[in-house]
Amino acid sequence: MILWLGAAWGADITVWHAYRDAEEDALEAAGDAYQAISGDKISFVQIPFDGYTTKLETTIPRGNGPDLFVASHDNLGKWSAMGVVDPPSTPVEGHLPVTIEALTVKGRVQGWPLAYKSLLLLYDKALVKEPARTTDALLAQAKQLPDGVYGLVFEAGSPYSHGPILHAFGARALEPDGTAKLDTPEQAAAYAFSKRLAIDEGIVPAQPTYVVMETLFDEGRAAYVISGSWFVPGRARDIGATTLPVVSETGEPMAPYLGVDAIYRTPDAEPAAAGFAEFLSRGEGARIRSEQGGQAVSDASVTSDDPIVQALAAQARNAVPMPNDPNTSSAFEAIARSLLSVQRGARTPEEAAADAQEFFDVFSRPLPPAADPRPWLAFLAILVLGGLGLVAQRARDPELRARVSRHASDYLWIAPAGLSMSVLVILPFVTGAAVSLFAHRAGEWRFVGLAHFLDILLARDFPITSPLSFVFTLGVTVLWTTVNIVLHVSIGMALAMLLREPWVRLRAVWRALLIIPWAVPNYITALIWKGMFHAQFGAVNAILGFVLMRDGPLELDWFGSFSTAFCANLVTNTWLGFPFMMVVTLGALQSIPRDLEEAAEVDGAGRWFAFRHVVYPMLKPALLPAVVLGSVWTFNMFNVIFLVSGGEPNSSTEILISDAYRWAFKRGNHYGYAAAYAVLIFGVLLVYSRSANRLVGKKVI
Amino acid sequence: MARRPSTPEVVLTHAAIVGITMVTLYPVLWVLEMAFSPSQSFSMDLSPIPSEVTLDNFRDVIGTFDDEGRWLFGRQLLNSVIVSVATAVLGLSLSTTAAYALSRWSFPGREQGMAAFLVTQMFPGVVMAIPLYLLLDLFGLLDSRTGLVLVYATTSVPFSVFTLKGYFDTIPVALEEAAMLDGASRWMTFRYIVLPLARPALAVTGLFSFMTAWNEFILALTLMGSEDAYTLPVVLQGYVGDFGTEWGRFAAGAVIVSLPVMALFFALQRHFVEGLTAGGVKG
Repeated sequence: MILWLGAAWGADITVWHAYRDAEEDALEAAGDAYQAISGDKISFVQIPFDGYTTKLETTIPRGNGPDLFVASHDNLGKWSAMGVVDPPSTPVEGHLPVTIEALTVKGRVQGWPLAYKSLLLLYDKALVKEPARTTDALLAQAKQLPDGVYGLVFEAGSPYSHGPILHAFGARALEPDGTAKLDTPEQAAAYAFSKRLAIDEGIVPAQPTYVVMETLFDEGRAAYVISGSWFVPGRARDIGATTLPVVSETGEPMAPYLGVDAIYRTPDAEPAAAGFAEFLSRGEGARIRSEQGGQAVSDASVTSDDPIVQALAAQARNAVPMPNDPNTSSAFEAIARSLLSVQRGARTPEEAAADAQEFFDVFSRPLPPAADPRPWLAFLAILVLGGLGLVAQRARDPELRARVSRHASDYLWIAPAGLSMSVLVILPFVTGAAVSLFAHRAGEWRFVGLAHFLDILLARDFPITSPLSFVFTLGVTVLWTTVNIVLHVSIGMALAMLLREPWVRLRAVWRALLIIPWAVPNYITALIWKGMFHAQFGAVNAILGFVLMRDGPLELDWFGSFSTAFCANLVTNTWLGFPFMMVVTLGALQSIPRDLEEAAEVDGAGRWFAFRHVVYPMLKPALLPAVVLGSVWTFNMFNVIFLVSGGEPNSSTEILISDAYRWAFKRGNHYGYAAAYAVLIFGVLLVYSRSANRLVGKKVI
Repeated sequence: MARRPSTPEVVLTHAAIVGITMVTLYPVLWVLEMAFSPSQSFSMDLSPIPSEVTLDNFRDVIGTFDDEGRWLFGRQLLNSVIVSVATAVLGLSLSTTAAYALSRWSFPGREQGMAAFLVTQMFPGVVMAIPLYLLLDLFGLLDSRTGLVLVYATTSVPFSVFTLKGYFDTIPVALEEAAMLDGASRWMTFRYIVLPLARPALAVTGLFSFMTAWNEFILALTLMGSEDAYTLPVVLQGYVGDFGTEWGRFAAGAVIVSLPVMALFFALQRHFVEGLTAGGVKG
């Protein structure tokens, strides 16, 4: 943190946020207004949402964070335990009670509330004259709509969007004490209703993602949408907003989660920082955010005539604060799995509810018992001493000493690379790997020895046939790596062979065009592929429908079964991966003289024969390192799995690295468990490379 | 003597290349469509041809300014270029000498050294981010391009070492022996005989090292503390929000990020595809 006194008259206050557009502008306007009255200089840093939490949790405990930061309240339980936030020392007053409730952890308000957000019932004013007040009315209206118009689009598979239904059935994701009752009849009834609404009634499109919601609404093909105020800007049609309807089955209104954006002080903050937090939170600061940022502000004295904000205010009277307990992510992950399996028809609502409880219990289970670190320290000491002894013994060997001194200058050639690798790769890895010996819960660490490894390898949590078990995921990962590498290498090599023929026209152009998949950042193209595999609106099904001469698109749910979801991932990754192999092959081909190959062909051998017996053997040594490294990278190819199938269905297409990520970030921050996965991944790859050497009968690497 | 292909072969080959290129480019057309279309929505049309073309997204992405009115995107682009070029240069300098030593001399510990380089590739990146952060914090290299370059260059070393070593292995030692007999030192032989011959591999590994830095997001975000220190992938990721993505700008940013890579590839490709004229290597 930069902490110097700017001019003699004011402090420098750094504020981090992840706001964009109107909210960002309003924040900066409030900063300017405060600067004018206080003389303190406020600097804002905008952080991409995707890495925001990690960045906060990494920098703040080391004193490198900002003075203040703006974030929603759902991680607050963990942040409070980790000491990321320093609660306000004066009472926080004048806000809607529900926003204060959301910011309270262990009886203390942790920050200054700014605004609240929740789901609303949004509708296309051209399609809906009078918004429905009950789900039955909504269903009735939906059946009157013209062909091609969907009655309702909402993110049916997301636990956040399932919240309103859950609450209308008198259930909830998490109890106030951080436990969960996920196997109750109410939970099952909520799953059943969700399936009826999203699937059986036929008013909701297939795989209703946020993107589908936007597209259909803008095309005038969605009468109702359940989304928040963030959905409204940039919509192509006149949009109305109202509170969520009453679920006719229970007579209870849908109550969405209420997310509260707040500004928090960090432990090392400048003393003057609280002044800006208070200013931003109430009065003038709140007015600026309401008027310029379109926010539904928590300050009860600020009113707005924006219809969206008014709908939010009405909805806030009937909303449930998003739980801020560290177990929330575990409950959401468990519910998400069950929700999708009910909607897919794979499980009955009752079975799904039982599953959810079972998963939650594993995700949130008590930490393994603390182990005594002393034997470990002794073991470590023996290891170090033994290593040193071994080195000392080897060093006495005169023959070795002679060889080393003869080659002394050779080491200089390798030293820069070796040294930098040791410091910047090996050291961080050893540190990271050591985390696997500890267990983590909400900021607390405990030494547990090999407990995580035993849990994972003995399949204590899941039978090995379960997609969540290590062995199952390992099998999928090996299959994934093998098939990928075969495809990448064969396609890449074939193209390289074609593109080196001197008689091919525009070679340079084709080569440049074919490396585009490698050049475009894969986190955007992977999402494009996911869109292309959409069951109802995706290009892949449309093209297959055309090719197979169907009457319309093929209606294949790519992410509904393991084999098709695996294929979708595979196609995406092959598309991403072949250009690299092509480039490497093109480079390697240069050391192979054309004469030999041509001589073979002139002697009457076919082109395949010449390739197989002349080119390929010479290509192999140059290509093998790329193949071994390529398979190591594919083994750990997180982006494609996470962005395309997301592990669907039922976590079966997850690979080890994406599973480790889920354990670390989606299932209750089991960092130690995830680190144990990482160490095991390392072990598997080590075995692979050893056997790769043996397999090809010579040292590959 | 070059082989003369038959006419059907020529036609078929061209048809195959055109077909594969079209299939390959189809998904990329969506990126272009979203980049040039006025809406911020994801496009799910079958034909990726925008109904309305605008440069607004590019203007939005490029035209960002900081509080003092300085051109923010310009600084971020400069960061990316400096970091990526420095990564390629440093990465290559670290790996060429190491690869050469590993390829030519059998000093004690050579095998173990090779294995160690490979082994580092097996470390899953997720466990490294926080320890790296602590390490750079210790050296006072947070929030500096130097720190980022050191990390990226080191990350790219193993691939470069293996590719270069593989290539050096195919270069006959006879040439070097001749030069040594003429009194050239090891360094001179390496610098004036081996390196020029290894141009194809240097081009491939240079491109690879550049890309390591050019597209990386998580470390750049974790290690850099202010907006004018960000590299382009971090800027690009900024268009992905909590609730929705600004697809138009995200895609425009992706196009901008991809262009230099394409240009670099175009410039480098003659080194690794046109073949080498140095007669000494052939045969």
